[in-house]
Amino acid sequence: MTAEISRDTAPDLWKPNRDRSRLIEGIVKVICGAFAAVSIITTLGIVATLFFETLSFFGEVPFWQFLTDPKWTPLFASKQFGIFVLVSATVMISFISIAVAMPLGLLSAVCLSEYATPRVRKFLKPVLEILAGVPTVVYGYFALLTVTPFLQIFLPGLKGFNSLSAGIVLGVMITPMVASLSEDAIYAVPQRLRDGAYALGATKRETVTNVVLPAALSGIVSSLILAVSRAIGETMIVTLAAGANPTLGLNPFVPVMTMTASIVQVSKGDVPHGTIGYQTLFAVGTTLFVMTLALNIFSFWFVRRFREKYD
Amino acid sequence: MQDTIVMTSTDFAIQAEKVSVSYGSTLAVKDVFLDIPKNNIVALIGPSGCGKSTVLRCFNRMNDLIPGARVEGRITFNGQDIHSKQVDPVQLRRQVGMVFQRPNPFPKSIYENIAFGARINGYQGNMDELVERSLRGAAIWDEVKDKLKESGLSLSGGQQQRLCIARAIAIEPEVILMDEPCSALDPISTLRVEELMQELKQKYTIIIVTHNMQQASRTSDYTAFFNARATEQGGKMGYLVEYNRTEIIFQQPSQQDTQEYVSGRFG
Repeated sequence: MTAEISRDTAPDLWKPNRDRSRLIEGIVKVICGAFAAVSIITTLGIVATLFFETLSFFGEVPFWQFLTDPKWTPLFASKQFGIFVLVSATVMISFISIAVAMPLGLLSAVCLSEYATPRVRKFLKPVLEILAGVPTVVYGYFALLTVTPFLQIFLPGLKGFNSLSAGIVLGVMITPMVASLSEDAIYAVPQRLRDGAYALGATKRETVTNVVLPAALSGIVSSLILAVSRAIGETMIVTLAAGANPTLGLNPFVPVMTMTASIVQVSKGDVPHGTIGYQTLFAVGTTLFVMTLALNIFSFWFVRRFREKYD
Repeated sequence: MQDTIVMTSTDFAIQAEKVSVSYGSTLAVKDVFLDIPKNNIVALIGPSGCGKSTVLRCFNRMNDLIPGARVEGRITFNGQDIHSKQVDPVQLRRQVGMVFQRPNPFPKSIYENIAFGARINGYQGNMDELVERSLRGAAIWDEVKDKLKESGLSLSGGQQQRLCIARAIAIEPEVILMDEPCSALDPISTLRVEELMQELKQKYTIIIVTHNMQQASRTSDYTAFFNARATEQGGKMGYLVEYNRTEIIFQQPSQQDTQEYVSGRFG
């Protein structure tokens, strides 16, 4: 008896071209690597440009002055570079937007994942995501021409350009992001946790608030942070609806200028290259970059720290 | 000889009459009759897909939570039809607790895992005492008493399952349903849970689904053997083959299928 395995085909019918497949594998690897490198190089390029231009900006404007000047007037004859004038506007508008987006987004996420029937959910989720596809310039005009006049009915002191309506509309814009990401986090909570709560005689509301939401906390918080960093970087809505009037303070009823709006103003044209006005672009850009980076790092840390591991 | 025990309906915690469960258009289990005597351990055994877990989930109406699930027939708990309009499933689940196949402690502290059920059920007494009593009842107190503030997820699998049992008994149910509670546990943890069941049956009625026939014969007083047959739609439909005292099921079953299953010839 031989131990040979019987085959249906003769061995000489099998001639794999190993060299050729090895070559193709190599080429594919190089092509994929090259495309992946493009995004990395681009990022590095942006960071390097920001860094060196910002460095030369601070060669002319002392860092201390950047932090403490009470006005932002880089294009005026008497130049002042108080970044907090812009930061205050950005922070205030982002705060208003998240105050709108957090309840809206979170409640929609809970509704979609826990209360909606599969059919309703199938219909509602795409509708919500369409909101994310509306061009921001449309949101901007909506804030300026619809929301502001509407709010002025109740708040007569509200100026034509203001943080309040920009923040509200910005909040509506980031709501789908909060809803969609939070819904993913809620959906990822294992069913057996819900079962465990129901089996103890918990109602749906008790299950959601006491078990599901805490279990999804890290995902929900990271969705909120991502939404905030999106709000900080948003340009069109705030440029159109909040105005271009650098104002220090946290009054949501008056025109302000956010960091992004100041970048728009400078890059729109009239400012000659190489001047100090032009260089503010990069100083503001770097500030923006540092803020969103810090938020993203915080979110990354938070998720790792508080994520519950279910095998 | 088969010893017949005469029992009245007040001796039964749960009675199922002609219970069928379907998911969508698929019939999962058909015409089950089962009387669960109080303060006994009843094991539901049978091959995969025979509907034993499905039947178990009927008793605290957990099937209500599955979209498309439909339960027919009559199930009574202490004589009361659990599907009648007066019965709130939330209230029923307080009286008929459940322990699941995979330990599912909440992502909360060990203390809060126990206190949660008591709190949502409006417990007004001393919470510390209740937590300690429940953890002692589930034979896990000594292992966790110094780390009640730590997450329930930090425990080992066997400890997590005993925490889940503690959580179930904290709300003082009358019946505890256990859906393969040891299938994710190692043999030593399994033994501890089985010992615990013997203690718990003084106070509670236990219905346990198990794949493990030794477990059924070691722990239970009554055993129900379920089997499945292929349906014309290509699925499986479960049915109850035989239900009797455990020693009869394992030593002199009246059905050929039961005999073959308990002697390990299939399943």
